Amino acid sequence: MKRIQNKLKENKKLLSIYFTAGFPKLEDTKTIIQNLENSGVDMIEIGLPFSDPIADGPTIQASSTKALENGMTSDLLFQQLKDIRQTVEIPLLIMGYFNPILQFGIENFCKKCHETGIDGLIIPDLPLEIYLSEYEPIFKKYQLANIFLITPQTSEEKIRQIDDNTDTFIYMVSSSSVTGSKTEFNQKQLAYFEKIAYMKLKNPQIIGFGISNKTTFNQATQSQKGAIIGSHFINYLEKNGPLNISPFFDDIR
Amino acid sequence: MNSKYNANEKGFYGQFGGTFIPEMLYPNVEELRLKYLEISQEPEFKKEFMSLLKEYVGRPTPLYFAKRLSDKYNAKIYLKREDLCHTGAHKINNTIGQILLAKRLGKQRIIAETGAGQHGVATATVCALMGLQCIVYMGEIDIERQAPNVARMKMLGAEVRPATSGSKTLKDATNEAIRDWINNPEDTFYIIGSVVGPHPYPDMVARFQSVISEEIKIQLLEHENRENPDYVIACVGGGSNAAGVFYHFLDEENVKLLAIEAAGKGIYSGESAATSVLGKMGIIHGSKTLLMQTEDGQITEPYSISAGLDYPGIGPLHAHLFDTKRAEFLSVTDDEAMQAGMELAQSEGIIPAIESAHALAALENKKFDPNDIVVVNLSGRGDKDLNTYINYFKL
Repeated sequence: MKRIQNKLKENKKLLSIYFTAGFPKLEDTKTIIQNLENSGVDMIEIGLPFSDPIADGPTIQASSTKALENGMTSDLLFQQLKDIRQTVEIPLLIMGYFNPILQFGIENFCKKCHETGIDGLIIPDLPLEIYLSEYEPIFKKYQLANIFLITPQTSEEKIRQIDDNTDTFIYMVSSSSVTGSKTEFNQKQLAYFEKIAYMKLKNPQIIGFGISNKTTFNQATQSQKGAIIGSHFINYLEKNGPLNISPFFDDIR
Repeated sequence: MNSKYNANEKGFYGQFGGTFIPEMLYPNVEELRLKYLEISQEPEFKKEFMSLLKEYVGRPTPLYFAKRLSDKYNAKIYLKREDLCHTGAHKINNTIGQILLAKRLGKQRIIAETGAGQHGVATATVCALMGLQCIVYMGEIDIERQAPNVARMKMLGAEVRPATSGSKTLKDATNEAIRDWINNPEDTFYIIGSVVGPHPYPDMVARFQSVISEEIKIQLLEHENRENPDYVIACVGGGSNAAGVFYHFLDEENVKLLAIEAAGKGIYSGESAATSVLGKMGIIHGSKTLLMQTEDGQITEPYSISAGLDYPGIGPLHAHLFDTKRAEFLSVTDDEAMQAGMELAQSEGIIPAIESAHALAALENKKFDPNDIVVVNLSGRGDKDLNTYINYFKL
């Protein structure tokens, strides 16, 4: 959690990258993380693949299916990340659907994250209410941030409630859609970004879904602290592999 | 009806159910949660619902005393003839209810998922009736297997979109429908076909299907001078017909409820859909329930000869009935179901859907008292399954 908080204090716009663990090859996880840090990325979301990712578009779905075919599991991911903190300093989060984490055991999963040096979790289908009533003490015990999503349809009341229960950042979904790349944001989305900035929340926001180039990155970070790229990076990885990552960022910032 | 087997206000049946959805879906589901009870209890809504069930669906469906079946199993066996509903199965009870709700919420665009195509056809039918746009998601593999139902949906004006992700069957069609709903948060209503999904769907669908058991009480009074049978038997995939036929008997503890799952080629054959035996607690499609999955929490692909029963979960109500032992869960193999389907055709002149044949096959597994009154829910007719019957029996 501390690493995320410190990163958020830096006087710059943050670039966060999502990738699916176990894709393109099962053993690529560590290489990708190290090369992302070397390329100047500020934060990484490691995707724990799931068979039924209902909030994801075709690119992340396909990478999850491939990662599972390759043999990725929660256990294996923790094994791969065992020594990651010896070489990597930027904040690392795990993003995954609730069921695999539930089967691993919430406490056990959080404990493993803590031992590995994972700073936070993003679990899109774990609602705030259930997190607060059942799991918050476990996250606190292992000093893990739990990141909540808001969308253009989320009510102001709920945004305030999420803000009250967050100590790091809020994940702002750019539009009403599943994940996937866009070439630019429309006026309605830009107005939404401004509206949220105008709410003066205590936590900074980082925008995800639809970011794929300099234009969208700059639009997203106009009023917000940072942006997350997922699908577009996965497409790049599929074509170029995990060793040649840095040219990807020439087009971003 | 206030029952200890009903969902609480957060949609939990005991430890099962709830709303495990990403924030992107929240406004859609919340709108429905806040309004479904109020709207569906308005006198005008009830009147329109009941009138369509009577005039359009053809309700009440008969409760038929099956004499030759009764002689064979030495009990009084009644068949609830949902197979005589318009479109050939109970599914339309629910789609009528949900389309009326969608209209009152001002939605213009209807989406649905379908496996074998029965719910897709029932949704396309009510959309045609109401003049609303209809998009049905169906696994690519199911589209190939169920060509006649695809053609029916097209004739009814629906667009059938193939789900090409994952295993390309019902579970993936449901994923695609959910993604569509995320992408269209304002004008779209998602008609779910079973007692699955996030709250309020399991409760809402059970209520719309509860007309089945409501009628049985009245009909049994005429036939037997009593409202309650000794046994109620229904097949369970997601569990909508079972929810409907159990509903008004849930609190009548002396009515034994039998839920019949598809054992496929054998419970432990690796090709089965017997969720109560093979499943563990997990999250699927926004609901906490019993679920077939790997140790690592990946949802697995079930198998049954009947396309309507191969869902990897069961509705949270059924998980609760299993957990509390209120219902007894049995499973029936492909072979047993096919034999039971043939037997009903030849002894009573009724060709059942293979789903319903699973419920009939359970008659073999129970010892009845001659005075026992047994109601089997004949949830659908076998027309859609003719190809499977032809191939199986080399007809």
